[in-house]
Amino acid sequence: MIEFHLNDRSGASPYQQLVQQVRHALRLGLLEVGDRLPTVKEVARQVAVNPNTVLKAYRELELEGLVAARPGVGTFVTRTLADASLASHGPLQKDLRRWLAKARLAGLDDESIEALFMTTFRTAAGEDVA
Amino acid sequence: MSAVLRAQALGKRYKQRWALQNCDLDVPAGRVVGLVGPNGAGKSTLLNLASGMLTPTTGTIEVCGGRPATGPAQLAKVGFVAQDTPTYAALSIADHLRMGARLNLSWDNALARERIRRLGLNFKQRAGRLSGGQRAQLALTLGIAKRPELLILDEPVAALDPLARREFMQDLMEAVAEHELSVVLSSHLVSDVERACDYVIVLVDSRVQVAGDIDDLVACHHRLTGPRRDPDTLPAGQHVITASHTDRQTTLLVRTDTAVHDRSWTVSPLGLEDIVLAYMARPTDAVRDTRPALEVLR
Repeated sequence: MIEFHLNDRSGASPYQQLVQQVRHALRLGLLEVGDRLPTVKEVARQVAVNPNTVLKAYRELELEGLVAARPGVGTFVTRTLADASLASHGPLQKDLRRWLAKARLAGLDDESIEALFMTTFRTAAGEDVA
Repeated sequence: MSAVLRAQALGKRYKQRWALQNCDLDVPAGRVVGLVGPNGAGKSTLLNLASGMLTPTTGTIEVCGGRPATGPAQLAKVGFVAQDTPTYAALSIADHLRMGARLNLSWDNALARERIRRLGLNFKQRAGRLSGGQRAQLALTLGIAKRPELLILDEPVAALDPLARREFMQDLMEAVAEHELSVVLSSHLVSDVERACDYVIVLVDSRVQVAGDIDDLVACHHRLTGPRRDPDTLPAGQHVITASHTDRQTTLLVRTDTAVHDRSWTVSPLGLEDIVLAYMARPTDAVRDTRPALEVLR
């Protein structure tokens, strides 16, 4: 079963962090179809978070079709995010490593690399939306 | 949904000094509300008015649909844990539970005993011999076992060490999940509130600066940075909360319900702490004119 943790410094709200952690576990194959998520009460106690926040996160995952709530039984994983893209992670990581090596060779330090990546990522994401 | 806490033009004056002024609130039931503000802002005054320990100088306050402390039925609806989680030092834990059973209509003794057992406390122990964390847990037990609709907690974790603080909040959140309690808790630390609460009230200098659903507030506040310019030139829907300028750059914290399209701004998201601090930092005079527009209701 997945164990949640919250980072107060992450910048993401507790609700977003819970959603991200489930998606992350689904993407990496740590959660599989049929797995039960911890109950709202369990999560509320474990990470000292508002039960409404957990409910909201689970509802969002349900809307995305990733989990389904069975009243009185629990919330179960109905779809995983791992299958399609997991195979391409290896080659993409290789590309990224090559790009990182290039960036270092060009004299960029870690901070510049991160800044460059994030601005490019944000710009690209913004163009996709627009 | 019905309101668990509703105040209209609520005010409280101690001799010459206003501790709370012009307070309008409408908090839906089922929420965990964080009341934040610096020391002396009026947090305890508001909570004492809500619990019926104080009576208003002006305006009205309604809690769970009735005037606070106006009879046994109304008293049974609201649990109140005052600042520093007071208990009776000379009485044992068992005495506290016995007293709870005698004084409360809806007392759940099984729940109280189970909680004390789970905390590993001895029923014969006197409250005066408990640690700060244990005393807070005893006070929380009394508050929960009374099975109120609304539990009010005044700075419940301020005096606790980080571990006891964590344990207290875990138990409180579990109780909220289990008993569908509404909670109002005050704190001068935003970090206490960010996890546990889904609704926040910011109180500064005896006035409510902003109140609303936390996710809504986070979604509609942004930091804008860009070349220096006059904040008055912003579109009508963008309300400036704070502004700072260098000779070349302007940084604004704005509230807006629509997306910021102006390409000259770099728009970055804000955490709850940034937002709360901004409302605390801005001059109170400016607040008076704009405050009603800042309420986020959904």
